[in-house]
Amino acid sequence: MEQSYAIQLENITKRFGSVVANDKVNLTVKKGEILCVLGENGSGKTTLVNMISGIYYPEEGRISVDGKEVKIRSPKDSFDLGIGMVHQHFKLVDILTAAENIILGLPGKQLLNMKQVIAEIGELTKKYGFDLDPRQKIYKMSVSQKQTVEIVKMLYRGARILILDEPTAVLTPQEADRLFEVLRNMKKDGCSIILITHKLHEVLAVSDRVSILRKGQYIDTVNTSEATVQSLTEMMVGARVNLNIERPAPVDPKKRLELKDVTCTTKDGIKSLDRASLNIYGGEILGIAGIAGSGQKELLEAIAGLQPVSEGSITFYPEEGGEQKLENLDVAAIRELGVRLAFVPEDRLGMGLVSSMDMTDNMMLRSYRRGKSEFLDRKTPGKLAAKIKNQLEIVTPSISAPVGRMSGGNVQKVLVGREIAQKPKVLMVAYPTRGIDINSSHTIYHLLNEQKKKGIAVVCVIEDLDVLMDLCDRIAVLCGGKITGIVDGRTAKKEELGVLMTKHERGGEDHE
Amino acid sequence: MSVLIIFIQKAIVQGMGILFGALGEILTEKSGNLNLGIPGIMYMGGISGLMGAFFYEKSTADPNPLAGMLISLLCAFACAVLGGFIYSVLTITLRANQNVTGLALTIFGTGFGNFFGGSISKLAGGVGQISVAATASAYQAKIPVLSKIPVLGGVFFSYGFLTYAAIVMAVLMSLFLFRTRNGLNLRAVGENPGTADAAGINVTKYKYLATCIGAGIAGLGGLYFVMEYSGGTWTDNGFGDRGWLAVALVIFAMWKPLNAIWGAILFGALYILYLYIPGLGRSMQEVFKALPYVVTIIVLVITSFRKKKENQPPAGLGVPYFREER
Amino acid sequence: MNKEPFLRMSKRESISIGKSVLIYATALLLALVACAGVIFLLVRMNPIDIYKAIFDGALGSKRRIWITIRDLLILLCIAVGLAPAFKMRFWNIGAEGQILVGGLVSSALMINLNTKVPNVVLILLMLAGSAAGGMVWGLIPTAFKAKWKTNETLFTLMLNYVAMQVVTFCIVFWENPKGSNTVGIINQQTRAGWLPEAFGNDYFWNIVIVAVLTVVMFIYLKYSKHGYEVAVVGESERTARYAGINVRKVLMRTMAISGAICGVAGFIIVSGSGHTISTSTAGGRGFTAIIVAWLSRFNTFVMALVAFGIVFMEKGAIQIASQYGLNENASDVLLGIILFFIIGAEFFINYKVERNHK
Repeated sequence: MEQSYAIQLENITKRFGSVVANDKVNLTVKKGEILCVLGENGSGKTTLVNMISGIYYPEEGRISVDGKEVKIRSPKDSFDLGIGMVHQHFKLVDILTAAENIILGLPGKQLLNMKQVIAEIGELTKKYGFDLDPRQKIYKMSVSQKQTVEIVKMLYRGARILILDEPTAVLTPQEADRLFEVLRNMKKDGCSIILITHKLHEVLAVSDRVSILRKGQYIDTVNTSEATVQSLTEMMVGARVNLNIERPAPVDPKKRLELKDVTCTTKDGIKSLDRASLNIYGGEILGIAGIAGSGQKELLEAIAGLQPVSEGSITFYPEEGGEQKLENLDVAAIRELGVRLAFVPEDRLGMGLVSSMDMTDNMMLRSYRRGKSEFLDRKTPGKLAAKIKNQLEIVTPSISAPVGRMSGGNVQKVLVGREIAQKPKVLMVAYPTRGIDINSSHTIYHLLNEQKKKGIAVVCVIEDLDVLMDLCDRIAVLCGGKITGIVDGRTAKKEELGVLMTKHERGGEDHE
Repeated sequence: MSVLIIFIQKAIVQGMGILFGALGEILTEKSGNLNLGIPGIMYMGGISGLMGAFFYEKSTADPNPLAGMLISLLCAFACAVLGGFIYSVLTITLRANQNVTGLALTIFGTGFGNFFGGSISKLAGGVGQISVAATASAYQAKIPVLSKIPVLGGVFFSYGFLTYAAIVMAVLMSLFLFRTRNGLNLRAVGENPGTADAAGINVTKYKYLATCIGAGIAGLGGLYFVMEYSGGTWTDNGFGDRGWLAVALVIFAMWKPLNAIWGAILFGALYILYLYIPGLGRSMQEVFKALPYVVTIIVLVITSFRKKKENQPPAGLGVPYFREER
Repeated sequence: MNKEPFLRMSKRESISIGKSVLIYATALLLALVACAGVIFLLVRMNPIDIYKAIFDGALGSKRRIWITIRDLLILLCIAVGLAPAFKMRFWNIGAEGQILVGGLVSSALMINLNTKVPNVVLILLMLAGSAAGGMVWGLIPTAFKAKWKTNETLFTLMLNYVAMQVVTFCIVFWENPKGSNTVGIINQQTRAGWLPEAFGNDYFWNIVIVAVLTVVMFIYLKYSKHGYEVAVVGESERTARYAGINVRKVLMRTMAISGAICGVAGFIIVSGSGHTISTSTAGGRGFTAIIVAWLSRFNTFVMALVAFGIVFMEKGAIQIASQYGLNENASDVLLGIILFFIIGAEFFINYKVERNHK
């Protein structure tokens, strides 16, 4: 039977330089259904939908909307076809109001009648139960309010095909539930929804069908009712890669760091880290779990000297005894105390490395001050760069090529390699394997384990619970800036972690 | 009393040319382009308008002031747009650095103005100064009747039509930016071109149009100085630093055209204040001339200090936008 | 049905030196053709004669060669001063003002000390004083940038005109002869504070100072720890903080150096070539130098080449203008045209354009 698809992609290919982001991908969405696009980070989900929304243009392949072949060369083309996209990073103009953002780029009478626009928006929000003040400026809004604006924007434009890119990454579970309700309402209206995610429980909860991508390749599309967590995982990660990461038992763990009631406050007065207390031991790997934006970044940066601490204390216990207070010292001051902290930040090229510099110059980013001379010593870092390149099998034409041109995995190896070469006492790693192929990931897990065996305290923020449970000795869970629990990595249950990750404490000060 | 009236008159006369420049730059900057070529563009507009009128008046025995006016307006606007177009091609299509391109344009435009201002009559086979009396008379014509009213007439109605055009332009631009669809889209382009692009706005088109039309408006500022202020003659570097004053006024007005109106008059007043303060030594006069710049710096510092979002430069100002960058 | 986009561009992975030289050479050639076209349209001069006249104007006689060198040195000195600021992505548009303040301090010392101190002492005082003056003028906007992130492009730009008014303020007191509203040649009789002739050459010391600055700045940016910090801060402030670099300190230190060298350029103009001060002492060279520094990608040796090219064209254009009794501002028109071409050429260095194959 001939099925009329709302949107159909055939053999879509997109390359960035030598990287193939999408290789002959197929995708179909029926009218009135919710399709999940499932895949790990870096599987090409976002690139794919960016071609539907006109941000990128495919090199090969066909796109059809309502059975007709179309060319989508710009976001405008995409709008005209009734396609609306809610990006992971909101596309909103800060100094404009919600209403102004909603009507941005729309055709219509030149003279704006904002009263009417606001009334129309009011109708939409009432219909779906959104909480939105169209007169409010975007820069005064919370993240979930901004997402609401984005979705209302699409509805206002009468989008019949809605694409949401990782919409729940920034939401509380309650907010996510409300979002799913709206999506179901839209589905009833006959809209088609493409939901990009890597969270399996969401796929199972909300979608009708699932398409799976892996490393830019199209794998399959299945009916959600016939799918299980197991079957989806297998398709997503491919032939069952042995996740059995080595986990040696910690030998003689000693307390290295003690965090006591550490609180970080943003400029707007929001506590991004709320009275977090934690002990970190040498010779073990401590994992940090949590939904994105729960305070992981602040926790690591507070220790590293990159984030001011408004309350609480951070104490370092050197091997030779004594203690040193680290809170509110900057990176240079911590180094002067002789405390060797290594830190692999989340933003590798924006913080950890200088993308336009070569490997050698990046090697000395944290150590260039060494020596009394006013001039740089490029010999030692040059040797280190060559050594790391060989040991970690980094693929680059030469150590004097800019690191920004390398692939994600190689960039991460450069960064981790450099930090470990500092011979740290504490090694902090944020999302060590995000966007990195499986082989490189294992190289990095191996490196972390080696450090652990040397008695170094390793802290890593990882989003993948399976990896956390396979790699870490202990797992601390963050939720809304608070540490909601610390569990043993060997005995932890996935459900248990999931509960802790969403355990928003209802404090008296927030309500009433 | 009469001194005050003359002071206000002179302040307005000084301010209007700057106002044109500032309005053009506001439109340009609202699209995210910081065009430091505005001083050069004002020279280009000024000399082209003058040349247009000059060749017209030379070609007929009895030049019609109105025709001369239209020709000079058209020439000034077109040539200034050309300046804006060069800037646009280099910064938008060829992705060159905005500051560097703008400064090159100022070097070019200032040279262009002074070169033709100094050589055109010789190139045309004549000698001496360019003078376009007939055309200038059209620019300097005051409103009949109304300008004769005591006090009010002097303060409000004793200017050439370009003065009123500047004020009307400021009001229209304010309406355009804050009350129309295209204005909203333009502001979005300057604030966050990625978002504007995603919303289906043709960023390149908006940037080109805003920059070219903005340049054209600024070019009228040059024409104003040549025609209404100098009565249709050219002096080398005659505008002095007024082009930069226009850039300063944009900051002072916090990117709002309506603020630019009174800002321009205030700048004009500050510019000539030294002439009206009795007993001021020559040295102190020079200190007073720095006032518009000092005031602008103070405004710049205060806005950066207060961090009120609405008063900041467009967030995308000076930042190039390329869609498929990755 | 819509067409596919006709041209596609993509960022180059890398470019060979030969290819980039070729691109710039093509741009320069096109620029020269365009300039010749403009000149031909204006004066109907034979294009070959145009180039001959340009060459003649810049390098036609010993005196002209030295004037070209003198102006080249000043432009280079300013560009060298701007290099560290731009490498740090700090838009110092205020070189004009920094030059003026430096020149002003030099003039003040020349006028007031004249022969009261030995000439060597006077010159050294002037050198130090002008550097300090330029430094202060550069540090004012930097301090606000460091504290409140005040936009430095606009701030430094405004300070140029404040400096200009300070100069006119001083001219009132220094004018010579009275009523001329100019300072005239300072210490014409005593030559106190003039950079002395050496080895029979008026500009010997100019050459020494600028050559030293050029070499030292090259080494400073490329091989010193400070230079490394400047590069990191320019690339990303967050990376700098991560590396333990005190961003504010680097900002202030680098702009102190940048302003000081621009101040020294003012000293060279006053003491080593013009021997006077006026609002046109900087004469737009602070702006031209910005373009020189940017196009040279902060490499001070390349700056010398670019600066030479610009001064060469300028002198040539002035020669043509004077031959035909035209206004000497023709040089700015030609300079502008050349700059447009070179600025445009940069795109083809960074991107490659391909036709869509289908």
